[in-house]
Amino acid sequence: MSLRLPRIGTSQVVALLVILAINWVVSPQFFDIRLQDGRLFGSLIDVLNRGAPVAILSLGMVLVIAMRGIDLSVGAVMAICGAIAASLADSYPLPVVLAAALGAGLACGLWNGFLVAVLGIQPIVATLILMVAGRGIAQLITEGRIVTFTSPELAFLGGGSVLGLPTPIVITLALLALTLLIVRGTALGLLIEATGGNARAAALAGVGTRLITLAVYAWCGLCAAIAGIVAAADILGADANNAGLWLELDAILAVVIGGTSLFGGRFSLVLAVVGALIIQAMNTGILLSGFPPETNLVVKAVVVLAVLLAQSPRLAGLGSNLFGRRA
Amino acid sequence: MTPSDTPTDDRRDPAPLLELAGFSKSFAGFKALDGVRLTLRHGEVHALLGENGAGKSTLIKCMTGVVHRDAGTLRLDGALIAPRSAAEATQAGLATVYQEVNLAPNLSVAQNLFLGRQPTRFGLVREGEMRRRAAAVLAGFDLNIDVAAPLESYSVAVQHIVAIARAVDQSARVLILDEPTASLDAHEVEILFAVMRKLKARGIGIVFVTHFLDQVYAICDRITVLRNGRLAGSATTAELPRLDLVKMMLGRELAHATAERALAAASGEAAGGREAAFAAFEGYGKAGYVAPFDLALRPGHVVGLAGLLGSGRTETTRLVFGAATADTGTAIVDGAKVALASPAEALHLGFGYCPEERKTEGIVAELTVRENIVLALQAKRGALKPLSRREQDEIAARFIRLLDIRPPDPERPIGLLSGGNQQKALLARWLATQPRLLILDEPTRGIDVGAHAEIIALIRRLCTEGMALLVVSSELEEIVTYADEVIVLRDRHHVARLTGEAITVPGILAAIAADAPAGEQAA
Ligand SMILES: Nc1ncnc2c1ncn2[C@@H]1O[C@H](COP(=O)(O)OP(=O)(O)OP(=O)(O)O)[C@@H](O)[C@H]1O
Ligand SMILES: [Mg+2]
Repeated sequence: MSLRLPRIGTSQVVALLVILAINWVVSPQFFDIRLQDGRLFGSLIDVLNRGAPVAILSLGMVLVIAMRGIDLSVGAVMAICGAIAASLADSYPLPVVLAAALGAGLACGLWNGFLVAVLGIQPIVATLILMVAGRGIAQLITEGRIVTFTSPELAFLGGGSVLGLPTPIVITLALLALTLLIVRGTALGLLIEATGGNARAAALAGVGTRLITLAVYAWCGLCAAIAGIVAAADILGADANNAGLWLELDAILAVVIGGTSLFGGRFSLVLAVVGALIIQAMNTGILLSGFPPETNLVVKAVVVLAVLLAQSPRLAGLGSNLFGRRA
Repeated sequence: MTPSDTPTDDRRDPAPLLELAGFSKSFAGFKALDGVRLTLRHGEVHALLGENGAGKSTLIKCMTGVVHRDAGTLRLDGALIAPRSAAEATQAGLATVYQEVNLAPNLSVAQNLFLGRQPTRFGLVREGEMRRRAAAVLAGFDLNIDVAAPLESYSVAVQHIVAIARAVDQSARVLILDEPTASLDAHEVEILFAVMRKLKARGIGIVFVTHFLDQVYAICDRITVLRNGRLAGSATTAELPRLDLVKMMLGRELAHATAERALAAASGEAAGGREAAFAAFEGYGKAGYVAPFDLALRPGHVVGLAGLLGSGRTETTRLVFGAATADTGTAIVDGAKVALASPAEALHLGFGYCPEERKTEGIVAELTVRENIVLALQAKRGALKPLSRREQDEIAARFIRLLDIRPPDPERPIGLLSGGNQQKALLARWLATQPRLLILDEPTRGIDVGAHAEIIALIRRLCTEGMALLVVSSELEEIVTYADEVIVLRDRHHVARLTGEAITVPGILAAIAADAPAGEQAA
């Protein structure tokens, strides 16, 4: 049986610490942090800062996956929302820009949710549609060019800092707190886990599974929009071809590393973010070590395998059989 | 007992077929099995009995290697065997139907029967040949169905028979059946028994888990009883009269108090039933599902649904709960017309529904007992009004006590509980919502003798407290003890309504078997 007692995420935290330690070995200044012009600098801060978009995506993705769904379109939605934000930034006030970009993300999420919850299309196919079409839409918005902007307010969301912390980190933490509040502060988390664990049983217990499905995809779209805005704000422009490219895969990986099963059910928001940090810490480590960046993908695969093996119940059973029987 | 059931005792059989010794298994410190042994002879039907959670299913899984045992040896015809998976066990000659049938619902019946051993030619599956053989195998079970149709289009009972046929067909020496009859009706049980007798005559040994003591005395030669993971005793059926058996299972006498309480409740309640209906259904039906029916559910009143499997009992309950949507008729609750389009709406009207299929429609295996118990109540309150952890703990603790759910650990994933205890937790899920109408589809399925009486008593008590009940049960003796009205179904029609004195087992049987065209006797 694939059931186990609740896990506490030790393997993820250990993995993150090991990777950080390795980074420290290959680059002894890794943990150095400086305060310059009221903003913190250093490799560790970089990991957090660069990891922000995937961490934000994973906060939406984790709920979708917990519902036994998947959202392949988040990278494309990032591109759409980044393009909208960049195109409007210099002509409209920030609230309008943000409302437009977030609204677009919400609409994308609702569209996915509609396909899955109302039309009953399989999530992987339903979201594939927007994954493909989304990038086209983003290109239409940017008219095929790389759109740049100068608005300092929008730029602040990518390059600014609050109390020394880069804004993307602050946004990620705030979003994590907000998601925790919405999901764990209400009973939504339980209802999501019940639906993901056994949709038929949940529906027969009176859980409004359709509405929850719709809401979860909408939330995922919203998170993708925020990630898209942060990414665009960071580079002061929008590149419809490359913004958020393949990030849906990183987000899925982060969620899986964070211990949420693709079969739905139990999920952890915090560990999904830890998963995103693991991925980014690896990326940064390989850059620092001077290895060719191509090795990144291979190393990533190995680390992912290691974390997944550490979580495997079958392996755990094997381990306890090999190393003495405990009652 | 029929004479044909005891030949093994006369037959000299010094070498046992299957011998288990010293089987032990702990789950995280909890001893599910402790030094259990069992000896199965050639051509013997061996009942493996015990309360819910006694360790029956675990013993079987340890035997077949699905669960790794901590200690114990297994001999087949004197030779040590150690299967490490269900597939290896099958190869070794131990065919098993587990308590939770694990077939592929979207594959066809034939594919399920021959999964992993399809007849092939040049590496290609011979679909026609497979269907022909599948039909032949099932014909031996009196089952004439379209073997090309997906398995899920058939009832649980048919699925169960397919699982049994699959196991039996794999040239087994030992057949292990974990509660195969829980979802079968009397007729199908007879078919299964006929098959078991045939296998027995071929010298195959059968291990048979059940909670129906009648069946034990009808077909079994020998009984082994487990209690709290230990061997409580083993004897031939002839040596062990019913009362002693129950005592061996429970470790005490079956409390007469329970039965008396049920009776007292029954007589004290006679006044009920004249009250206005809480929910009424008029001409309610759905084409191709259940023919239109009238049904009135009153506070303190139990309506029983009887009929053969596939007669439309479960379908009726699903319409009433909004899990299927009616296309004709009206539903009236508290005097007002309502649209019952989803379980969520039914829930808010004060309905509760324990479905028949525990694993696929009841439990959320991964979630804890506590979470499973509070699920419907939480859904009723809405996501924005979460039950505090204290309230959840309190509710879970209360129902674990009331229904004696074992082990009494609210934080255990419910999938790790024994089948009967899962059933109790599902009952708790609905009781927690304090429903005004409770719909129970086979509520005592897989529940042991002790708990069985308690659940019946509980049903009576809920009634006296003014709850309306709609109960489906294949056990007519059971329906007779608590129903104020019995509706008999045949071929998806409500064909008869019995009340008062007319509610007797023969009366219900006669109505089920009556030859009248469906619908003619409808009240
Ligand atoms: N994988 C597991 N992890 C932890 N505990 C388990 C596991 N499997 C079974 N148990 C426990 O072992 C005990 C025996 O369970 P088992 O399923 O064998 O009971 P059973 O006799 O088949 O009962 P029932 O008649 O209800 O089917 C139960 O208390 C159950 O909770
Ligand atoms: Mg069992």
